[in-house]
Amino acid sequence: MLAMNFRGARQIRLDRHKPEPEIKHPYDAIVRVTRSLICGSDLHLYHGRVPDTRVGMTFGHEFTGVVEAVGSGVQKLKVGDHVLVPFNVACGTCPHCKQELYGNCNESNPQATAVGGFFGYAHTGGGYDGGQAEYVRVPYADVSPTVIPKGMDLENAVLLTDVVPTGYQAAEQGGIQKGDTVVVFGAGPVGLMAARFAWFFGATRVIVIDHVDYRLEFARKFAFAEAYNFREMRDPVLFLKKATDYFGADVCIDAVGCDGTGSALQTITGKGLLLQAGDATALHWAINSVKKGGIVSIIGVYGPPWNLAPIGSLMNKGITLRANQASVKRLLPKLIDHIMSGRINPKEMITHRLPLEEVPDAYRMFSSKLDHIIKPLLIPPRANAA
Amino acid sequence: MQTVLEDKIDEFQDRKIADRNRDKRTKDIPGWGMDADPENDPTYPMKHWNGADHERLNYEKAPQQRIDIEVLHSVERPGVTRVFGNSSPPSGLSGAIRRYAYQYSEATATHWMTLILADRINAIEGKITDLAHGILPNPWIERGWRAEWKYNRPAFIQKAATTALLITAGFMVMKRKNKHKSV
Repeated sequence: MLAMNFRGARQIRLDRHKPEPEIKHPYDAIVRVTRSLICGSDLHLYHGRVPDTRVGMTFGHEFTGVVEAVGSGVQKLKVGDHVLVPFNVACGTCPHCKQELYGNCNESNPQATAVGGFFGYAHTGGGYDGGQAEYVRVPYADVSPTVIPKGMDLENAVLLTDVVPTGYQAAEQGGIQKGDTVVVFGAGPVGLMAARFAWFFGATRVIVIDHVDYRLEFARKFAFAEAYNFREMRDPVLFLKKATDYFGADVCIDAVGCDGTGSALQTITGKGLLLQAGDATALHWAINSVKKGGIVSIIGVYGPPWNLAPIGSLMNKGITLRANQASVKRLLPKLIDHIMSGRINPKEMITHRLPLEEVPDAYRMFSSKLDHIIKPLLIPPRANAA
Repeated sequence: MQTVLEDKIDEFQDRKIADRNRDKRTKDIPGWGMDADPENDPTYPMKHWNGADHERLNYEKAPQQRIDIEVLHSVERPGVTRVFGNSSPPSGLSGAIRRYAYQYSEATATHWMTLILADRINAIEGKITDLAHGILPNPWIERGWRAEWKYNRPAFIQKAATTALLITAGFMVMKRKNKHKSV
């Protein structure tokens, strides 16, 4: 089958002869991929920043597909079901899953206890091949995969596998109250969704900070947010303090993670010397820009083992830090309703639709932010097979 | 090697206190639980607290996936999870380095930095394997240079010219050094 094949940092090949996945467990399903997205967090893998990313692996944790085969223990899912597959591999019965923390499953990732199981996200994410391929093995098929509701656009369905719930949870973690000022660092797809959903929780002011002008323009239209380019500021924290009556934002959301930019010290120590897990500029700004007693929500992905962050300010300002991988299954009913009722139309974020065969170009375009790209969608050649 | 506390976990010093707590005799402690408030959990409302955290030994588990490839697992868990990914098992020199890394917990830099080293070596192994199979590197496609050429041509040309200039300058300096040595 066709599949994306990782060959080392910033090098990707289209593998034309990857063996098709097999049922390996009674709770497995095999899914023929119909749509697959590249996520901003895939770029951390692409840039070689996530430990235990092995050559030959297929990335991709945002995909929809048709069930082609099921294991002997699968009871709910049937062959022929068209499903959206949340990026979390979750068993549904461990203490974390039972409490709806599906992103923190205890029985899906042998390699790391600090990380749940994720499709196509290195061995640090469990060693599962992902959905940037024609077929995928989907474990625990009865738990997370969800039949796409009738009438839902396929592009909206595939966005429900990660970016929409992740953006929603970023805002939810912020504990946003009516009247709050919310600052979102990062105008990538997750940041855009977080900014959009901040209004749902009652924010009365939403500010987006980034350095890419076309994305800031998109944030103004898509998320109804004020949007500012930090390259036009000497000190973004000072700007935000002044913009919030020297008080600080009620809630700051870090939707950037380890691929940040804007501080030479962070870039040199993180991306150059690998003395920390990437560049934590956004987190630094978030902690410093939030008010005393405010909340910082981290949804951007950071790798192990550590990052430079102002913990002293966190303590002295009495800040609550909240963070987690999105628990997609928990949020799906609410988000499906938001889409079906027309309150949001996330597919507006998909700017590029490419055949799977062009996956190396898609990664490069997304990584270098070429052609005003916001979110690239991959379509496998067998997407429409009967 | 010196025996450390984690090596004798079944006889650690406060075992009696741990056992008493496990037997739910915490209620004997004055004030136990009187200020408990599930909504004070910082994960609320994302976590629907139902006490499952405290069933950590007895929860319902799926059947074990057959371990028919080498699966490295974190030393912070007792074994392989019931289900695991079967992509790219460890192999070669990078595999040996990964096996070493997995002897250390996720709290250690040794674990993660060694894995990063293994990743870099694995990329070189991949290139050697490719050459052995007659597959030549194709940076135009695989590194996305085609996309840069299409959408970012001036910057791409500038970058390529700068790289070429630096390489040429490097060669010339090396050549001059060698000339001086031979004289």
